Amino acid sequence: MNTPVAAGGTLIEARDVHKSFGQTPALRGASVAVGRGEILAIMGPSGSGKSTLLHCLAGIFAPDRGEVWFEGNRLDTLDEAARTKLRRTAFGFVFQFGQLVPELTAADNVAMPLLLNRVRRRTAYQTAGTWLDKLGVGDKGGRRTGELSGGEAQRVAIARALALGPKVIFADEPTGSLDSLTGEKVMDLLVSLAREQGTTVIIVTHDARVAAYADRVVMVRDGLVSLDLSAAEAPAAKHAAKAAN
Amino acid sequence: MSVPLTLLGLLEREPSHGYDLKRDYDEYFGRGKQLPFGQVYATLGRLARDGRVEPGEAEPGDGPDRKRYAITDIGRAEVDAWLADPVEPEPHLQTVLFSKVTLALMLGKPAEAYLDRQRAAHLVRMRDLTELKRTGPLVDVLLADHALFHLEADLRWIDLTSARLTELAEAVRKR
Repeated sequence: MNTPVAAGGTLIEARDVHKSFGQTPALRGASVAVGRGEILAIMGPSGSGKSTLLHCLAGIFAPDRGEVWFEGNRLDTLDEAARTKLRRTAFGFVFQFGQLVPELTAADNVAMPLLLNRVRRRTAYQTAGTWLDKLGVGDKGGRRTGELSGGEAQRVAIARALALGPKVIFADEPTGSLDSLTGEKVMDLLVSLAREQGTTVIIVTHDARVAAYADRVVMVRDGLVSLDLSAAEAPAAKHAAKAAN
Repeated sequence: MSVPLTLLGLLEREPSHGYDLKRDYDEYFGRGKQLPFGQVYATLGRLARDGRVEPGEAEPGDGPDRKRYAITDIGRAEVDAWLADPVEPEPHLQTVLFSKVTLALMLGKPAEAYLDRQRAAHLVRMRDLTELKRTGPLVDVLLADHALFHLEADLRWIDLTSARLTELAEAVRKR
């Protein structure tokens, strides 16, 4: 299925991607194209394959069949080392749990990907401080992330994802463990900062209120991208009125 | 109001008398609130006047109206257009949505496609409200929150109904 993309052109794309886990197919020919600077939400029922699609786009899973393209180059045919490098330099990740090291401080966590990319220590920590400030958790830089609240930890995770200046942020249920108000603040920050940086964001969510932050929504069903909800228009003429009493 | 279109939809199944229409309406769509006979006949009269139904010859027997009404091509097109058109996404539309889905299943029409269109309309409205929240004053934020929670409830109903369509179709056709 061809899907429309933002005016900036396609940045990342899955074409007819198949992926099974043992005998269980998760994706059965999923295709989606995401534009530069676009914020895309992927929705779908539990087990529909939406997270698997995200992981394939991010190069975490290699598809069994089909292609993944990033900036006009095949991503799925890269070896593991090249994919890891790409994930480290061009992609940021915000997941529901687990992407932060709880024993390290917030500043350490944000600085880590920069240090891994050979940014000098002092610059890395300055950059980390700037991003923690932007996310409103500048005063938590010295705290271990294991001691932070869920909302604070997600802000640190977003700071970490954005600090490297990625081209794409992959977010899997980024507000899944947060209360409504905290989740809303986290989404607001993620979307505002991504727009400011021109970063593409791909969000997997089952929550329509999270998807409402996106420019475009696609639905995954039974391992296929079955619906693109970008072109939806407001309801047309009220036929009920025509035949009303 | 969807009563005239729902009656029209019931006539698409088969031509029917006013009495039978009322009975079917009450059974499937009344939800404890019966449709008055007067409203049924008045509605049929207007639908006939507008060329959406065609009354047959009066049949002998007791009762106010023994005509059998049949849907016309115009009426059929009207029902199709109504089913395919998403309802304005606003709180408390469940009864209209419910009527549309039930009728679509009864008539063997693509209920899933209608639900998808409704889902899209809801998501677009939710996106507009979310944008309003991000830029508007707190009073607007509170009002938008209220609308968003109701729209979210509708969407959850749409999701669940989509997942149950096969079962629902069987149940509606058995009755």
